[in-house]
Amino acid sequence: MSQTRHSPGRAIAAHAVLIVWTLIALFPVFVTVVNSFKSKKAIFTQPLALPGPESFDLVGYRTVANQGDFVAYFQNSLVVTCLSLFCVLLFGAMAAFALSEYRFRGNTLMGLYLALGIMIPIRLGTVAILQMMVATGLVNTLTALVLVYTAQGLPLAVFILSEFMRSVSDDLKNAGRIDGLSEYRIFFRLVLPLVRPAMATVAVFTMIPIWNDLWFPLILAPSESTKTITLGSQVFLGQFVSNWNAVLAALSLAILPVLVLYLIFSRQLIRGITAGAVK
Amino acid sequence: MAKKRPVRWHIAVFLAPAVLVYSAIMILPLFSTLNLSLFTRTDGGTGFVGLQNFRTLFGDPRWSAAFWNALGNNLWFFAVHMLVQNPIGILLAALLSLPRLRFSAFYRTAIFIPTILSFVVVGFIWKLILSPLWGIAPDLLDMVGLKSLFAPWLGKEEYALTTLALISVWQFVGIPMMLIYAALLSIPDEIIEAAEMDGITGWSQFWRIKLPLILPAIGIISVLTFVGNFNAFDLIYVSQGALAGPNFATDILGTFLYRTFFGFQLQLGDPHMGAAIATAMFGIILVGVCLYLFLIQTRLRRYQF
Repeated sequence: MSQTRHSPGRAIAAHAVLIVWTLIALFPVFVTVVNSFKSKKAIFTQPLALPGPESFDLVGYRTVANQGDFVAYFQNSLVVTCLSLFCVLLFGAMAAFALSEYRFRGNTLMGLYLALGIMIPIRLGTVAILQMMVATGLVNTLTALVLVYTAQGLPLAVFILSEFMRSVSDDLKNAGRIDGLSEYRIFFRLVLPLVRPAMATVAVFTMIPIWNDLWFPLILAPSESTKTITLGSQVFLGQFVSNWNAVLAALSLAILPVLVLYLIFSRQLIRGITAGAVK
Repeated sequence: MAKKRPVRWHIAVFLAPAVLVYSAIMILPLFSTLNLSLFTRTDGGTGFVGLQNFRTLFGDPRWSAAFWNALGNNLWFFAVHMLVQNPIGILLAALLSLPRLRFSAFYRTAIFIPTILSFVVVGFIWKLILSPLWGIAPDLLDMVGLKSLFAPWLGKEEYALTTLALISVWQFVGIPMMLIYAALLSIPDEIIEAAEMDGITGWSQFWRIKLPLILPAIGIISVLTFVGNFNAFDLIYVSQGALAGPNFATDILGTFLYRTFFGFQLQLGDPHMGAAIATAMFGIILVGVCLYLFLIQTRLRRYQF
């Protein structure tokens, strides 16, 4: 091993740059969460201090609990995200299996057709989507959001899953066929369990933009009973703009669930990004 | 071989749900939006007007000023991402991929955290931090002796758009970092060893050996940035509202589309002009993606192993 490759000076410089950027990345989140536990006076006089016995105050969280229907918003987000995720994964895996397993006329064309949506954002069709939802009476229902997010997530899901399904051994599937399994059973019993890691990757990728989306909830389902947490917190923040305790508490509540999920699944997510790029 | 091959219904069953949902909710609305832009509202319904809406959009001073303003702002928004986000992403990835770097998993995880937050959270947090009322930003600048530089950046016409672009860079720098990091890891060890044999190490190794090899990944990142930026809306809407203030200084195509479609203040919403703007955005994105696919990607092939 050459000396130059591992000189301590370069390692220190590298750590310095990485630490600086890590601080830049985490600082705003840190400041928000820390100040959400403080009294209004402490927020302004010592914004960078940790909450102490004098400055500790949960008034912001109490305001959020009393004012906003955050539990209902949270439920809406959860329902929309889980249902969309289920549809994207099931439909996406089925289509990916058909494209990667069988040779049929139009296979490549179908693959390209489904991949079109990776590059063209679904938002550009919003005008017509809204008209369609109005015509079918789906405006202000969670169904509208689930449909839109399913369509939005499918292209990337099909693309990634079909890459992975190509690597499932043919011998295994043919052994299943000789044993008399139907094509459906081969898919559900043999192939799906084998691509579970890829499914987890797609799930994380699909979930984050759905959970965070503001555009479609704002346009398709802005009514009180169908607000998602993202739209709900946007409206809440707008109303309470001068109540700093409440704003900081609401922001912290919006950050924490996503952060916890991310820390649990970060390995899956990072593996997914790296696997995608290597191809 | 008289027996005809049976129709393989299972292929259709496997494909049907995805193709149906995707076609009905994504492709069909996209084309009917393009179609909608060729009509306009008349007294008794809608009438076909051909390209009249586009003539209004590009030619009528009331519309074209707003459109070119939004397009120009959008180009600047994209330029800031290309000039700041992607170089920082490449730098971070290059550092992370140094052999035997300790804590690299920690750095990776931490730097990616802003990317998973919603625009609502990001927009508001930065609004609070940059707010002159709270004083975190002036305090921090004071610590390094630069307090005189502070200004209410989000409220000034000349700074607001750049500030928002930098906030977006802060949020999304994790994506180029991860993709470049993956590309750097996939460079075969033999190539690096051969370079070291020839005495090429350190930064010159990065510039002369690694960078040419990760150019395809940089190309993909550029096109992803392009599509994302010309489709952006949420961050501006959250921090500056639908009017994209101050005085439309932060108006980009996404907010312009939203305002036109839904109306604002005294102006009524106009789905046909909205569709015309969406069509223009579609055209811009399509041209950008095609330029990448046919001009850049084909040339990049030469560098691949």
